[in-house]
Amino acid sequence: MNLETRELKHVSVVKVSGRVDSSTAPELEKALQSLLDSERSRIVLDFQDTEYMSSAGLRVLVAMHKAAKKSGGGLCLAQLSTRVKEVLDLAGLMPVFDVYTDVVEAVGSF
Amino acid sequence: MEQPRRLVVPGRFDRLTEIATFITQAAHTAGLNDDDVFHVEMAVDEACSNIIEHAYAAQSGEIDLTCRCPVTGQFEVVIRDFGEPFDPEEIPPPDVSLPADLDALNEGGLGLYFMRKLMDEVRFEFVPGQGNRLTMLKRSKAA
Repeated sequence: MNLETRELKHVSVVKVSGRVDSSTAPELEKALQSLLDSERSRIVLDFQDTEYMSSAGLRVLVAMHKAAKKSGGGLCLAQLSTRVKEVLDLAGLMPVFDVYTDVVEAVGSF
Repeated sequence: MEQPRRLVVPGRFDRLTEIATFITQAAHTAGLNDDDVFHVEMAVDEACSNIIEHAYAAQSGEIDLTCRCPVTGQFEVVIRDFGEPFDPEEIPPPDVSLPADLDALNEGGLGLYFMRKLMDEVRFEFVPGQGNRLTMLKRSKAA
């Protein structure tokens, strides 16, 4: 898994590439927590190049979304790959998140 | 796939990618379509993650995977470990109609739910002295 973070004025965009599984989910959690600790609670996750997401990844998304909302922000999901969308659907998580087809729209939603 | 394929790896999270590569190659060779290959990959990943986290917990141990086609159109994966057994009936399935509850679930609950949703058969066997055996079957849809 590879993470690339772009800091915009009010929003952080984190591009998640590769696999999010039990091995790599802790790294994603650490990166998101680091943003929250820096008072960057408006976060867009770009999943265009995310080839795999397991239940471990979903737990991180839910936990970090809750934490971000408590800080006045939240997680938006953008450019869901087909497989990530399938996994979110299977877990019934699509209604929990604001999902956008592109990053610009997601950033503009905050 | 004419001959069964087997992979034995240490039960560590850093081996999950190797397991995924092994299982997806075998599933493709068996003639499963891309969607079915993904479902098998996901179910095996969740199963192995549960073994590493719960069956082995703090101890080391191996995960032994074998896959074969028992009959044409069926892809079977058998995963063996020698860690702590558990009773899958004691793991309540998540209520995915209530997403707000999901963050309270332990990882195993959702992983087990995925396995049962994605595979056509899921069977656990625990034999004292012989380890734990998980058998999962996927029936191929038209490729």
